[in-house]
Amino acid sequence: MTLPVRFRPRGGLSLWLGAVLVAALVAAAAVSLVWTPYPPTAIDIPHRLAAPSAAHWFGTDNLGRDVASEILAGSRISILVGVVAVGIGLGFGIVLGLIAAFSKGLVEDGIMKLSDFVFAFPALLSAIMLTSTFGPGVVNAIVAIGVYNVPIIAKLTRATANGVLSREYALAARAAGRGPIAIAVDHVLPNIAPALIVQATIQFAIAILAEAALSYLGLGAQPPQTSWGKLLADAQNVLYNAPRLALYPGVAIALSVLGLNLLGDGLRDALDPKLKARS
Amino acid sequence: MLLEVAELAVDLMTPGGSRRVVDRTSFSLDEGESLGVVGESGSGKTMTALALMGLTPEGARVSGSILFEGRELIGLSEEAMQQLRGDRIAMIFQEPMTALNPLHKVGAQVAEPLVLHRGLTERDARGRAVDLLERVRLAEPERAARSYPFALSGGERQRAMIAMAIGCSPRLIIADEPTTALDVTVQARILALIDGLRSESKMAILLVSHDLAVIAGHCDRVIVMYAGVIMESGPVQVVLHQPRNPYTLALLEARARPGAPRRARLKTIPGAPPAAHERSVGCPFAGRCALTVDRCWTTPPPEVGFGANHVSRCHRAGEVGFGR
Repeated sequence: MTLPVRFRPRGGLSLWLGAVLVAALVAAAAVSLVWTPYPPTAIDIPHRLAAPSAAHWFGTDNLGRDVASEILAGSRISILVGVVAVGIGLGFGIVLGLIAAFSKGLVEDGIMKLSDFVFAFPALLSAIMLTSTFGPGVVNAIVAIGVYNVPIIAKLTRATANGVLSREYALAARAAGRGPIAIAVDHVLPNIAPALIVQATIQFAIAILAEAALSYLGLGAQPPQTSWGKLLADAQNVLYNAPRLALYPGVAIALSVLGLNLLGDGLRDALDPKLKARS
Repeated sequence: MLLEVAELAVDLMTPGGSRRVVDRTSFSLDEGESLGVVGESGSGKTMTALALMGLTPEGARVSGSILFEGRELIGLSEEAMQQLRGDRIAMIFQEPMTALNPLHKVGAQVAEPLVLHRGLTERDARGRAVDLLERVRLAEPERAARSYPFALSGGERQRAMIAMAIGCSPRLIIADEPTTALDVTVQARILALIDGLRSESKMAILLVSHDLAVIAGHCDRVIVMYAGVIMESGPVQVVLHQPRNPYTLALLEARARPGAPRRARLKTIPGAPPAAHERSVGCPFAGRCALTVDRCWTTPPPEVGFGANHVSRCHRAGEVGFGR
């Protein structure tokens, strides 16, 4: 028996490189839950700003904290923000997008106009607005980033769902007596899932960047929590003495975002039926 | 009567205002009977079929009366229509390539109406689906049920669509250009299959097609539509052999004939169907018709009867068809 085309392993270098980088990020977060070389918040003033060594792989910061431990612990926040913010975006965005696609008329216009409205604010600006109104912290940062994701997913869901609904099998399902919810779950969602997965991957990367920016500005993670954005901000104070301290979180952010973008691109190539090789 | 349609009209809302795509059509269909609907693109055939299913596009206004099994379908709630669709009335679509969801197995899709309307468990329905696929003479029904649509040929997919339609033994099957997308040999077999199923279970068939040969071979009666209006209706043999409407005559003359001289050109109907805004109050065919007189532009043509339910809508119906 031959496998359906879509189940055959496919995808080029970007898919695999992206997958490896994302797997490394997830592994780092998982490992940090049970083990870090030192407690990430343990202060050791005598050994402050130590150079990388066998004892401290990435050296220590200006309070003598082990940078490797801090980077590992910081990955948790990045993943948490990414998962929850994208989850908020998918949860609300898919529902709103489907309602828009199925209802047409006034409801559709309303949802889309509202999306445009939210969309019109620069993401970081609205996140700063939200966190400065409701107070800094990871939870508010997540909500702010999640809210920004909702209209993106809603627009994508509506556009792709309309495409599926104009196919004859959607009409055939209605002709068989199926209701809108059954059609949405059985016919629309499976067919638009590839586009949503790709978009979610990209939004994940954007969420990590946004969290880093908010924490850098002091609006995200608060002590004793650590995050890559906060590590960057700390490193800035000693930039002339130990420029390498800015390098580690910077590289961690860059590699994570690169990995997610490569994964998204790879998935797009692998899942997009238009790019499918006719075999 | 199984189905009685009276004064059915469909108006579509377009940016340029409302547009009448089906204009006061009336026809009826008895148990086990087969009615052909013929006309060129945009004549309102498909919209008529969709109106019967209550599946007209968003923003369409449907008026008139559709009596099915003595029940008025216009104004019926969406829930009640959902119960009828796929159970009492089923539909076969034109494009077997796109009418099956590529992500679900064929067996599951054929089983769907049975789960929905007959309350069968998924498992029992799968078993019934294989029986149905066998009934539409699909080779290796077990294998077909386990396949995804891409693994079947166009003809096989259309058979699967028919299996899906007949699952709940509907009383009326609406077939919208069921064979247009298939090649000619497959076409003949699919139509023979539909004929066989009709005589087995006394279903009524509404066969929408632009192909006069298909209608001639597989229908008892025919209605000829043009610009949303029924131009002529009657028993198939009478209408196609002694047409009493210039439009039907023009359609018949535009056919390709086997044995025609090599360089003979196909006859065409001059002009194009009128757009909604250029419709005159009179006959929609006025201007393209060789018999056009002043009256055709100003007065809607009357229905002229010719016995045996043969009706033509034309001012000069009496003059058509002589000398043939």
